[in-house]
Amino acid sequence: MSEAVMNLRSRGGRRATSWILAAIGLAIIIVAPLIGLYPVFLMKLMCFALFACAFNLMLGYVGLLSFGHAAFFGMGAYVAGHAVKVWGVTTVLGIFGGAVVAGIMGLVFGAIAIRQKGIYFAMITLALAQMVYFFCLQAPFTHGEDGIQGIPRGTILGLVDLRNSLAMYYFVAAIFLAGFLVVYRTIHSPFGQTLKGIRENEARMVSLGYPVARFKVLAFTISATLTGLAGATKAIVFQTATLTDVHWHMSGEVVLMTLIGGMGTIFGPVVGAGIIITLQNYLATMGSWVTVVMGTIFVICVLTFRRGVVGEILARLK
Amino acid sequence: MQTILGIPAPLLFGQLLIGLINGAFYALLSLGLAVIFGVLNVINFAHGALYMMGAFVGWFLLTHLGIGYWPALVLAPLVVGAIGIVIERTMLSRLYDLDHLYGLLLTFGLALIIEGLFINYYGVSGQPYAPPQALQGGYNLGFMFLPAYRGWVIVASLIVCFGTWLLIERTQLGAYLRAAVERPELVRAFGINVPLMMTLTYGFAVALAGFAGILAAPVYTVSPIMGQNLIIVVFAIVVIGGLGSILGSIVTGLGIGLVEGLTRTFWPEASSTVVFVIMAIVLILRPHGLFGRPRE
Amino acid sequence: MRLTKLALATTALVGLATGAAQAEISDGVIKIGVLNDRSGLYADLSGEGSVVAARMAVEDFGGDLQVEILSADHQNKPDVGSSIARQWIDQDGVDLIIDVPTSSVALAVQQVTSDTDTAFISSGAATTALTNDQCAPTFVHWTYDTYALSVGTGKAVVEQGGDSWFFLTADYAFGHQLEADTKRVVEENGGQVVGQVRHPLSTTDFSSFLLQAQSSGAKVIGLANAGGDTTNAIKQANSFGIVQGGQQLAALLGFITDVHALGLDVAQGLTLTTGFYWDRTDESREFSERFGERMNGQMPTMVHAGVYSAVAHYLKAAAEIDDDGGKAVVDQMKTVPVNDFFAENGEIRADGRMIHDMYLVQVKTPEESEKPWDYYNILATIPAAEAFQPLEQSTCSLVTN
Repeated sequence: MSEAVMNLRSRGGRRATSWILAAIGLAIIIVAPLIGLYPVFLMKLMCFALFACAFNLMLGYVGLLSFGHAAFFGMGAYVAGHAVKVWGVTTVLGIFGGAVVAGIMGLVFGAIAIRQKGIYFAMITLALAQMVYFFCLQAPFTHGEDGIQGIPRGTILGLVDLRNSLAMYYFVAAIFLAGFLVVYRTIHSPFGQTLKGIRENEARMVSLGYPVARFKVLAFTISATLTGLAGATKAIVFQTATLTDVHWHMSGEVVLMTLIGGMGTIFGPVVGAGIIITLQNYLATMGSWVTVVMGTIFVICVLTFRRGVVGEILARLK
Repeated sequence: MQTILGIPAPLLFGQLLIGLINGAFYALLSLGLAVIFGVLNVINFAHGALYMMGAFVGWFLLTHLGIGYWPALVLAPLVVGAIGIVIERTMLSRLYDLDHLYGLLLTFGLALIIEGLFINYYGVSGQPYAPPQALQGGYNLGFMFLPAYRGWVIVASLIVCFGTWLLIERTQLGAYLRAAVERPELVRAFGINVPLMMTLTYGFAVALAGFAGILAAPVYTVSPIMGQNLIIVVFAIVVIGGLGSILGSIVTGLGIGLVEGLTRTFWPEASSTVVFVIMAIVLILRPHGLFGRPRE
Repeated sequence: MRLTKLALATTALVGLATGAAQAEISDGVIKIGVLNDRSGLYADLSGEGSVVAARMAVEDFGGDLQVEILSADHQNKPDVGSSIARQWIDQDGVDLIIDVPTSSVALAVQQVTSDTDTAFISSGAATTALTNDQCAPTFVHWTYDTYALSVGTGKAVVEQGGDSWFFLTADYAFGHQLEADTKRVVEENGGQVVGQVRHPLSTTDFSSFLLQAQSSGAKVIGLANAGGDTTNAIKQANSFGIVQGGQQLAALLGFITDVHALGLDVAQGLTLTTGFYWDRTDESREFSERFGERMNGQMPTMVHAGVYSAVAHYLKAAAEIDDDGGKAVVDQMKTVPVNDFFAENGEIRADGRMIHDMYLVQVKTPEESEKPWDYYNILATIPAAEAFQPLEQSTCSLVTN
């Protein structure tokens, strides 16, 4: 009896903590550009944070490591860029289109790869993504090595001019928050509980009659859609979509963000993206040492710090 | 001029031959990956970076110590193999009890470090490395002019690949190895030092990558990014052949080289993609690869 | 995003206390960003040499201005280049971006600089799109372009009897433009193009592309690529016996550093078009020797010489009008002819093209070469008016409106 009360209380407490954390986060997002932080940097950070959250949905909650998420990220960017620049659709519609195309790709990739596990799944997604990379290298609409350049930022419904970097910032912030909320809701829904069940003991879920493969494909599609959303937004922010976004290094980068932040935690990927993007920004003066430092962090994380920053904090709090 | 399906015959044969040369490198690299996977259950992402190091060791020996190609052909694999042993002892061996994915992530990080360091010191444009005196010039085959060195690449790769296969399939040592793959506890019970065996296996397979590197140095320029895109193709080859299958990796490596050559003749734009398409088809029809057996 | 910020405040000014005179120059300093390839296949022809050239121009200027030089590696990636440019302009207050080889990156930077009224002078990029469809009032194209290359080398090779061509083209903005321009010149002069194959930027193995070129039966294989791609292609063509087989290679864009990398044994006899050769006049020798002292004896490419000439001209204009707004300085630059060791009576046209004489050169044989870097015989001077696209053909909105 008293145990149940304790449980309730602690659950209530945890909920309150989450609310406080959320409020602090929101305040930071609103204030950040006003206190002199470089908006382009913040927007980049949010795009990658969303990317990492979407990726974490697969790695942290389904337990499948995809090494091909760059395909969704890059394709989202290309589709949004092409739609806005060449077809002249509105910015919002362009970004939406990028996300949808990435989602459809996710469905196809998922259908091919989902029956595999562990290393097999990682390698198959990697190879499929490489296929997309070579497609983007050759396809006329991506402009190969040149990339799509000079993508107009446009307006929101003709009302807000996104060339203003503060307006653009709050637009990106809104997309990030919406995406983050989708991830949060997915994890805390019965669907998310089922996913965790699959991660812990797949055989049991199968015997309980769950259509496990279908669940996984659905999760993969959600993850791909949100990744496409992040990529499409990045294309509008930087006004370019290039091969960098589809290259497998990008897939590796998002794994690193998730790993260092803490996989399977809600805020971990955001923290991870923050660390990596900041690092890239400050180490930028050091040439290729960026790659070396990222590699070193990777190795250290894998050898000694597998829970990541947020995971480690949560473990200490318990 | 004779044509086959509208393609001049010399062009077709030429592309097939060039495909076979690429296939020779694929085979050497995928063989190493398959051996590592079979024994250690690790996907070695650093394989491409170690291949690149093999080429750089050769280049370094030549430009700084004046040691030529033939000694380098032996020394480069030894150096790379030694580096591999250090990697396995200090890092990889700590991860065997964890999810196999950590091995993949660790070696990915290592690849970033190694390639980043080399780019920092040597840039990405590459250093020239001339073929040895004995292998300069070439043969006129009628349909194309084959540089002698590229012919040697095929021969050397085939010898090493099938030598390795014989070693694993036909010798006592190979039998231990195969047994260690299937039943590590049982092999340990027979008094065989399994950790040592794993270390040596990794060192040997990585040395194969180093050998491929020095073999590639005169063909491609010696560049820090030479292994970067190659490694992904080789991953796909290992998956097509069946993870862990020794013979499968050799045959598939050579085969994919030829298929790429064919594609380059008939549909050049698709030549870089074809290997991944084949992989997707194979996975749908035979999830364990052409030569693989189901395993857990 | 890799800005190698050389915190190298090269101060042209020796005297002090001139703040009052610089009311119009933002934060009292002119900041010049040298943006180019510092680690890849174009690093030799631009890279550190361009930074050295810019620094020399600032030191030689000696006027009443405070000048700072930044440099960064764009890795030949448009996204990296444009984000560095954006950050330089937004955060560091850079007033002039210079060099930017790799046409795809130059086009991306052009978007950023024209949006922010920042001056941009390209010495390294080749595509004529920069002064046509994508021209900008803040931009000057200094050293050469694909049109000039095709007029020089393309025409010369056809006149020597090379009348059927096969192109080996770098698959991005620059290669496509160079191929198209050369194709036009070849056809105008009575030659024909039998085919082409596109290769990725930074290719290491040209064997299968060369095989296609060989089986095309064309007399000339036109290399519409640059830097490391060109030298690799020539070397491998040699090992596959292409030249011995009777086909001729035409390097449409060759720099003196490429000739140096190939060695005269391999490169001899190549016909090239260049905007600058170090051993042409006393003035060019004087500059090149000073440059060589700082670059381990390396002689400047036309890109390096162009960077010096452009920075010098920019500083003069900025000092004249006491302003560092992009369009303002470029407008001023357009009113003054360029006269230095690089260009005689050079003129910056309304579309941003700086026109000057170009030179058709042939690479010497090893026997002809008497000293280090003694590589070229100048075959002909192409007058400025012929070397560049006529202004009436330009599709630049600054001209057509």
